[in-house]
Amino acid sequence: MAATTVDWLPMVFVGLMGLSFLIYAILDGYDLGVGVLLPLDSQQQRDTMIYSIGPFWDANETWLVMAIGLLLIAFPKAHSLIFQALYLPTALMLAGLILRGVSFDFRTKAPSTDKKKWDYAFKFGSLLATLAQGYMLGRYITSFDDSWLSIAFSGLSAVCVTAGYCFIGAAWLVMKTEGQLQRRAANWAKVTNILMAIGIIAVCITNLLIDKQIMDKWFGGIQVLIVIPITFLLGFTFITVQRYLNKVPMENDLGCWLPFFAAIILFILCFCGLAYSFYPYIVPFKMTIFEAASARESLWVIFVGAAVVLPMIIAYTIFSYKVFWGKTTKLNY
Amino acid sequence: MLDAAAIANDTSFMLSRIQFAANISFHILFPTINIALCWILLFFKVRYNQTQDESWLRVYRFWVRIFALTFAIGVVSGITMSFQFGTNWPGYMETVGNIAGPLLGYEVMTAFFLEASFLSIMLFGMDRVSNRVHTMATVLVAFGTTLSAFWILSLDSWMQTPAGFEMIDGVAHVTSWFEVIFNPSMPYRLSHMLLASGLTSAFLICGISAYRLIKGDNKKSVKQALNFSVTLAAVLIPIQIFVGDLHGLNTFKHQPAKVAAMEGVWETATGVPLLLFAIPNEQTRKNSFELKVPNLASIILTHDAEGEIKGLNDFIGAHPPVAPVFFSFRIMIGIGVLMLLFSWLATYQFVIKKHYPPWLLKAGIAMTFSGWLATLAGWYVTEIGRQPYLVSGILRTKDAVTTTPPEDIALSLTLYLVIYGFLLIAYIRTLFVMANRAVILEQANAVTIEQMPLVEPELPLTNEGVK
Repeated sequence: MAATTVDWLPMVFVGLMGLSFLIYAILDGYDLGVGVLLPLDSQQQRDTMIYSIGPFWDANETWLVMAIGLLLIAFPKAHSLIFQALYLPTALMLAGLILRGVSFDFRTKAPSTDKKKWDYAFKFGSLLATLAQGYMLGRYITSFDDSWLSIAFSGLSAVCVTAGYCFIGAAWLVMKTEGQLQRRAANWAKVTNILMAIGIIAVCITNLLIDKQIMDKWFGGIQVLIVIPITFLLGFTFITVQRYLNKVPMENDLGCWLPFFAAIILFILCFCGLAYSFYPYIVPFKMTIFEAASARESLWVIFVGAAVVLPMIIAYTIFSYKVFWGKTTKLNY
Repeated sequence: MLDAAAIANDTSFMLSRIQFAANISFHILFPTINIALCWILLFFKVRYNQTQDESWLRVYRFWVRIFALTFAIGVVSGITMSFQFGTNWPGYMETVGNIAGPLLGYEVMTAFFLEASFLSIMLFGMDRVSNRVHTMATVLVAFGTTLSAFWILSLDSWMQTPAGFEMIDGVAHVTSWFEVIFNPSMPYRLSHMLLASGLTSAFLICGISAYRLIKGDNKKSVKQALNFSVTLAAVLIPIQIFVGDLHGLNTFKHQPAKVAAMEGVWETATGVPLLLFAIPNEQTRKNSFELKVPNLASIILTHDAEGEIKGLNDFIGAHPPVAPVFFSFRIMIGIGVLMLLFSWLATYQFVIKKHYPPWLLKAGIAMTFSGWLATLAGWYVTEIGRQPYLVSGILRTKDAVTTTPPEDIALSLTLYLVIYGFLLIAYIRTLFVMANRAVILEQANAVTIEQMPLVEPELPLTNEGVK
């Protein structure tokens, strides 16, 4: 770590980039999850599920371009190190994202006999993308180590990230749909919530065992005190959601937003935990954010733009969600 | 005498180039339609607002669905691009990241989110927001797509004609953002591309409308769309030829090696003829089968019959591969001439004779995707014409390439090619399926035309179309 005085500009950018990844995981997380959950036995439920994400998936995916873009422009050395190491999973993820993205439009416009095929492409494209993302996260956490243990961990991570996306997707459906589909979504949410919880525990343990630095960060001093409330909060959220899901739908659909809200909290906690573990590294134990940062002048130019534009982006994102507020109905052009 | 590592490196280099070319060629097809199509949709919408003529709304509703499909493919194929730099061309960002970074960043921040967020309101919001807000959303999406073109063409032009920077320890640092963004070739390339987009959309609308007409779809909206598209093409094509010429002069000034390849000029000479056809041979460094017009190349490029044009032999080792540039250029020009002939003839028929003969409609169908071909050919001229540099004079393409093993790249390339081939077929097929559907709908409703709902419902034959 060469930087003796901490330069705030790379810090701001790592913050912006982290925020973009987090927003991406939450937003594209739910629409990917909905894609993976598409039931093969009901055309009508598939339609409703896809209508529920129709107005949003496009903007959601833009957060991935934003996050990858920030990594590319603010930390180009890290971008090339990470994506050369993750070359093939990246290609698979992109293939998945392409398939599902186009299926959304083709399914209603192609010949009606092909509709079910496009629904399959949507489901398996989403699944391919989530598995690849989970695998990539696992590879990243284990610093691209090639031992079989690390690969196995990445495999586990692929399953658990998919479960996490399915959970937030199912929670989204509990919020946005009604009747039979809503009850079905509640069941999906229960199962995937448990899978995700197992995944979180596995990642926590692995993370601590990977390197002594991380162990010391969490348990090496007074900060150990924060571990207790965090664990409590995680446990509380998990149990509350499970209990609520058993009762869906409540009278007047009371608290239908609760599982989705809980999913967001879980995503934020997990994200912050990982970020804290690896700071100041941008490529675990290989490159710090300060070593990877672009020239100050260029960062400054982007920073000025971001400061002006980001509040606007957030404002019209909120506007768009307001326009499509409430339970899902058929989308008409 | 190459060792195994060097061979692997060379293979990675070639495969990475093919992969980038495949990705960008596939991607550009869809924005090329949509940059202009969105403004055209706005025009349809505004015409409806003004006249309250429901056939304008019909035109809008038919084309907004195609716009949505095109947009989706454009978005997902664009995501691939943001990974390509890191996965295959790490040297690019390492050398010119301080310039490329902010330009790409501004594209994402100012354009992508704007388009993506208001797109859903434009597509599905008509009965959820007021008419005014809906029209406004359409304006914002159109503005966003054009802004996106502005940033990316600025960056591409900077790679062609870099300006406003200094090299410190092999890394480009900006001295003037104004000079970087408005670099010498940028205004020409941007105008040329925006006009190309207009023409591509015009011929697409013309082709699909002509197809519907031939199939017996006599709705007023079909004719409105057809009349509009041929008029638009007839207006844009002369402007495009004029701007294209200016762009060529700009290239002649800043990138003489590219122009020498476009014109197939090997030796520096005065009074250079224009080659209508030839087969350039890089081994013998000569052309065979030349078909030429004396002095015309000199006249076009220098406005002087005896003007001097620098030949490729002045740039040995630093000029692009000649044949692909030479032929792509002729394909682009050839399609441009066809566009001129067709659009003026069709406009003449529409304005004077008030009738399109069937053979002309069939010619229109044949030219549905002529804009794509011309645009791709044009991009091949400019991008292959930049070789062997990635950034003219600063960074050679082979110095930027990844060390990823060639097997991995071969695998990803195959994956992309399969997906792209499949999607291209599905896209073109779907356009005609949608056109057929609209025709069938017309026949089914011919009797009760006055009861026709405002919304063109989906084909009654689909499961969900029945309401």
